[in-house]
Amino acid sequence: MAYVAVKGGERAIDNAHAWLAEARRGNPSVAGITTAQIAGQLGRAVDRTMAEGSLYDRELAALAIKQAQGDLIEAAFLLRAYRTTLPRFAHAAPVDTGSMQVCRRISAIYKDLPGGQLLGPTYDYTHRLLDFSLATEGVPPAAPEAPAAHEKMPRVADILAQEGLIEPDSEPEGEPGDLTRDPLAFPAGRDLRLQALARGDEGFLLALGYSTQRGWGGSHPFVGEIRVGETAVEITPPELGFPIDIGDVTLTECQMVTQFKGSKTVPPQFTRGYGLAFGHAERKAMAMALVDRALRAGELGEDATAPAQNVEFVLSHCDNIEATGFVEHLKLPHYVDFQSELETLRRLRAEAAGLAETAE
Amino acid sequence: MNTGYNFAYLDEQTKRMVRRAILKAVAVPGHQVPFGSREMPLPYGWGTGGIQITASIIGPGDVLKVIDQGADDTTNAVSIRRFFARTAGVAPTTRTEHATIIQTRHRIPEKTLREDQIIVYQVPQPEPLSRLEPSRAETRRMHALSEYGLMQVKLYEDITRYGHVAISYDYPVMVNFRYLMAPSPIPAFDNPKLHMMPALQLFGAGREKRIYAVPPWTDVRSLDFDDHPFRATRAPHPCGLCGATDSYLDEVVVDDRGGRLFVCSDTDHCETRRQAGANPLAAE
Repeated sequence: MAYVAVKGGERAIDNAHAWLAEARRGNPSVAGITTAQIAGQLGRAVDRTMAEGSLYDRELAALAIKQAQGDLIEAAFLLRAYRTTLPRFAHAAPVDTGSMQVCRRISAIYKDLPGGQLLGPTYDYTHRLLDFSLATEGVPPAAPEAPAAHEKMPRVADILAQEGLIEPDSEPEGEPGDLTRDPLAFPAGRDLRLQALARGDEGFLLALGYSTQRGWGGSHPFVGEIRVGETAVEITPPELGFPIDIGDVTLTECQMVTQFKGSKTVPPQFTRGYGLAFGHAERKAMAMALVDRALRAGELGEDATAPAQNVEFVLSHCDNIEATGFVEHLKLPHYVDFQSELETLRRLRAEAAGLAETAE
Repeated sequence: MNTGYNFAYLDEQTKRMVRRAILKAVAVPGHQVPFGSREMPLPYGWGTGGIQITASIIGPGDVLKVIDQGADDTTNAVSIRRFFARTAGVAPTTRTEHATIIQTRHRIPEKTLREDQIIVYQVPQPEPLSRLEPSRAETRRMHALSEYGLMQVKLYEDITRYGHVAISYDYPVMVNFRYLMAPSPIPAFDNPKLHMMPALQLFGAGREKRIYAVPPWTDVRSLDFDDHPFRATRAPHPCGLCGATDSYLDEVVVDDRGGRLFVCSDTDHCETRRQAGANPLAAE
């Protein structure tokens, strides 16, 4: 009877999973995609999955993307659920992005600068015309190469700092917090804010950053610098007592520069918004930098009226794993609460009808 | 049983952290204790808070019952029960009286629980004031000061507008005369069961990273007014399968001509009654 049919059941779940596996594989007469292909050819998807999944591992991210049929939030969720089970054996030293082996570095605030402008592999000046030659197999001609520059590439913020025109990097206040181990509480310090933004949803941060440009918490930002490249990660094992290099990670760093009128105690100067993301992720790093700056409104004595300036609002809603869970959980059965609503509504309507009759 | 993970999935350090939060929650009934909620292999919203609590208190000798909407065979209940079968190998049951731990979403079993049982609620939104005040920084302050006038005003406005309180589930309760608490989205019908329950009641909200508790034999009052006392309501029908007139009912649409079948939402309660010979005709 119908009563039984509306209930789920073990077999239904098993069958659903089998169907999902079949749908994931697609047409079996077409070669299956390999994780090496995903890691190598869908690099930006892998980067985004690693950033939002908070785990730097290209192979696992590629596997997660394959398993999730390219649903990047689902893929990030797979990485996160795996990540929480991993033991923590050491903390890395802060990475030095100043010594990054850059493949791309641009500054919008100087025409030229030490180390130069380096476009690197960018979409910025591509014409967005579908390239039909990509629909067939083929290898593009080799890109021209030049010997690696050994000129030091100072961070633009450091150049501004020499003149004292920009606020110094904020000094760390003790050990940074860890929002993956301890629940977030408000007000949250910048360490926790940057952590949350670094793994926050790119789309959400993009929209918030955009909103600040349109006047919702407005401050006119300049891209001081965007740099993309490989940076060494170092740890200091207690038994050695000196730092050792455990590998390189590709990072995108964005320093936004925003004017600040100054206050009674602080002279007018430029202030910073900071963005950092795993992989090549300029949109994410830029949006993060805009939002980071907006969230500093309170600290800088600015009016905090816009959504992007509200720490609790931004941090409570930027995590797409949490967001997708709670939005999608509405799919689960709710018929018991709905039944209670039905009873209430029927009662209210009956009473309203009764009142109307009395009035007549 | 799936090896490669610790017993009941969580590592022992995490379980210890969760248990400390539980102890604190039991010591301050109804108070929301922040805890370092982990990312679970099930999505937020699917019961990650309840699962973390269950995983932290369960032992090999426990007997686990998992219900969703009162039923043991709803998809998510099946899925969570399987999770613990895979990771802890514990004995599952559908019988309320046989369970030592009952994890639930949206219902309290009809059968009165005992002192040697624990009921674990899955909580989507632990903050009872969230619809009146979205900022958790602000609601924390309100709880600290027992400043619950806003909720009283909401109930009062309902009464002036509709003649009675129009909250039908997740009906706010006052725990131990001190903390306003969200009982999770159980129907208001279940609220009286919270009061002086012999079993320990634990509430887990994974996404919101909060644990709270109602210790056994604790005073839990549904918010009301002297001249508008709280009333638990149910559909005015006997169960179409077992004839029960005192259980909470699901309304099942059986055809496209307005046909309805009302049946117990607590599937174990209904089956137990039917096995004992109860039927709809016996009702009246």
